[in-house]
Amino acid sequence: MTDTNTTAMEQSFWNEKKGIFSWIFTLDHKRIALLYLYAITAFFLVGMTLGFLMRLELIAPGQTIMEATTYNKVFTFHGVIMIFLVIIPSIPAVFGNFMLPIMLGTDDVALPRLNLFSWWLYIIGASMALLTLVYGPGSADTGWTFYAPYSVNTDTNVTLLLFAAFVLGFSSILTGLNFIVTIHRLRAPKMTWFKMPLFAWSLYATAWIQLLATPIVGITLLMVIAERTFGIGLFDPALGGDPVLYQHLFWIYSHPVVYVMILPAMGIISEILPTAAQRTIFGYKAIAISSMAIAFLGYFVWGHHMFTSGMSGEARVVFSFVTYLVAIPTAIKVFNWVATLYKGSIHMTPNLLWSTSFIFNFMIGGLTGLILGALSVDVHVHDTAYVVAHFHYTMFGGTIFVFFGAMHYWFPKIFGRMYNKRLSYISLTLTFIGFNVTYMAMLIVGGQGMPRRYYDYLPEFTTLNQISTVGSWVLVIGILMMIYNLVRSAKKGEIATANPWNGVTLEWQIPSPPPLHNFVKAPILSDKGPYDFSILDQVNRENLEN
Amino acid sequence: MAHYEIPNSGLKRDDEGKKMGMWLFLFTEVLLFGGLFLVYAMYRFQYFDEFKIVAEHMDITLGAINTVILIASSLTVAMSITAMKKGLDNVAVLLIIITIFLALSFMVNKYFEWSNHIHHGLFPGFEAFNNLEKGEGMFLFLYYFMTGLHGLHVVVGAVLLAIVIKRIMLGRITSENIVFQENAGLYWHLVDLIWIYLFPLFYLLH
Repeated sequence: MTDTNTTAMEQSFWNEKKGIFSWIFTLDHKRIALLYLYAITAFFLVGMTLGFLMRLELIAPGQTIMEATTYNKVFTFHGVIMIFLVIIPSIPAVFGNFMLPIMLGTDDVALPRLNLFSWWLYIIGASMALLTLVYGPGSADTGWTFYAPYSVNTDTNVTLLLFAAFVLGFSSILTGLNFIVTIHRLRAPKMTWFKMPLFAWSLYATAWIQLLATPIVGITLLMVIAERTFGIGLFDPALGGDPVLYQHLFWIYSHPVVYVMILPAMGIISEILPTAAQRTIFGYKAIAISSMAIAFLGYFVWGHHMFTSGMSGEARVVFSFVTYLVAIPTAIKVFNWVATLYKGSIHMTPNLLWSTSFIFNFMIGGLTGLILGALSVDVHVHDTAYVVAHFHYTMFGGTIFVFFGAMHYWFPKIFGRMYNKRLSYISLTLTFIGFNVTYMAMLIVGGQGMPRRYYDYLPEFTTLNQISTVGSWVLVIGILMMIYNLVRSAKKGEIATANPWNGVTLEWQIPSPPPLHNFVKAPILSDKGPYDFSILDQVNRENLEN
Repeated sequence: MAHYEIPNSGLKRDDEGKKMGMWLFLFTEVLLFGGLFLVYAMYRFQYFDEFKIVAEHMDITLGAINTVILIASSLTVAMSITAMKKGLDNVAVLLIIITIFLALSFMVNKYFEWSNHIHHGLFPGFEAFNNLEKGEGMFLFLYYFMTGLHGLHVVVGAVLLAIVIKRIMLGRITSENIVFQENAGLYWHLVDLIWIYLFPLFYLLH
């Protein structure tokens, strides 16, 4: 044994074992989380590059840097990578895997081997998706929604890409399944349901959506594969199929899945804000239950993607109405977050600013969502850049901003080092400004009628498109600066303490980085719930003793 | 300082957790087939007459035999779990062997049924199939797709049961540690249950 230290202090999980196999076959939830983090970061950079190139193409009317067919492939792959490889797994697979067991006071998820299997499925699915770029008759040009009948008829390599999405779906299902069992079975003694941290609640709601919605799209994609292979008209109207049926089946999954993307992000905001304001969360139960309400209502709104696809008037009115209902639990969360900050002892930190940026972006994303949910307006802005800007405000300005914020919140815990705060403020400012310039311009030009997925546009849209493209440059610089800061600090940053932000949830009660089994002594649980800051002194005292 | 032992450790054996995981997985299987049932219902509504014509040509006898086979295999798998709980390892192994044998006879039956259809050219790509009405081809294709996917589940279930036998032999499944066998049994019951719905949809509804 090289470790001559005779105290109870365990080694951090980074040093416990060495070598590549100790990583790719690990059962440790923290290492699996980091495997996801590295893969997702790589795919994010690819997706970001594709998005950057698309904006560059749109800097002037007509063809500038790529042909129309190339543009189709680029937006398809941008969508597939960002949705299936980045956003869906992002927060649950990285921060859920890393933090959920720690927040519940345990040492791993309930089914560790299944967890590793999920990661392997993810890597296999991702490899298959990337393979379509180089192998076969050219990469897919259908858009990430794979709408029939075009996805049935196009001679690009859709089949393999669909199968990749199917495999990725199963990876997502198994992660969700694991989290449900973990939350049911492995909560610390005395941690009742309403004493769980809110991030755990949001993961619980998310996991149910992953479990109950993903199989539908899985089988739908298999049906499209079968249709392409055997030439049967399941969805192709020329052969007797119904393309609108495909859209129903697709959105039955793909609308709930946007809540898979956003709910964990909302959970993280509910963690960061109490720590930043040094006070308990306002309306704990309301936030917890609203997560479940969003998950539940999310199943009944898929039709709002299809207002112009040919549905009965009655169905459209019902879908529009239920879409409006989703705004209620969402607004409950936003009001509670703002109320948490009110009269709090707010400490300015990068993670707080990422969170407030999220609230700003998400309000725009959410309110434009209501505009799109209104039947009469939707008919006009359907399939315009307005829709594109709306979901980038929710998915990018929402989920990805929180992903970055969570990175800045838990970075010292994961890597045991602190990043350069000054640089992080600068990169956040650039990202925030770049983001809003890019997508606000897109929102306006979409409202004026510029269609989505076009590589060309009318001359009157030029100015706004140019503003948007310039915004994307600022955005990319901000993100690259942030990644540089984090990557550099992971190796060379100052050593971080166990509790740099003075949090009280369980992850701040263990060393940074955590030891292999997370807890070296029993965690402190307050009777008043997870955000009781009266135990902060005790937490910090115990941390000093470690 | 004593080493702290986590009371709610995820690395401890947790049979309840594993069974819960299996039940949740079965939900996803039900939904996987649920999507197909939805498509079936939709096209049955749209092509009512065509579906009726083809369904009348299905071999009810073969379908009924397969139904009996699967229900019997569900019985034997349930009995094997009871036998295992009572410590009768050999009886349990024998019952699982019977289950696997029933699974194989189900697949052999299916093979004869499919090859009979294909022999008549009723498979995508053959002329006879291409000459069918749109709805008739749809029925047959859904038949191949749904029973094919179900057949795949039969194979997976049989492999799981074979692993159960191996684990009983190795002493890794005992009357005290039976959760793997119970989960394999749950999966097998699902395979049975799905067939209970496929049988009337393709053979009995005229």
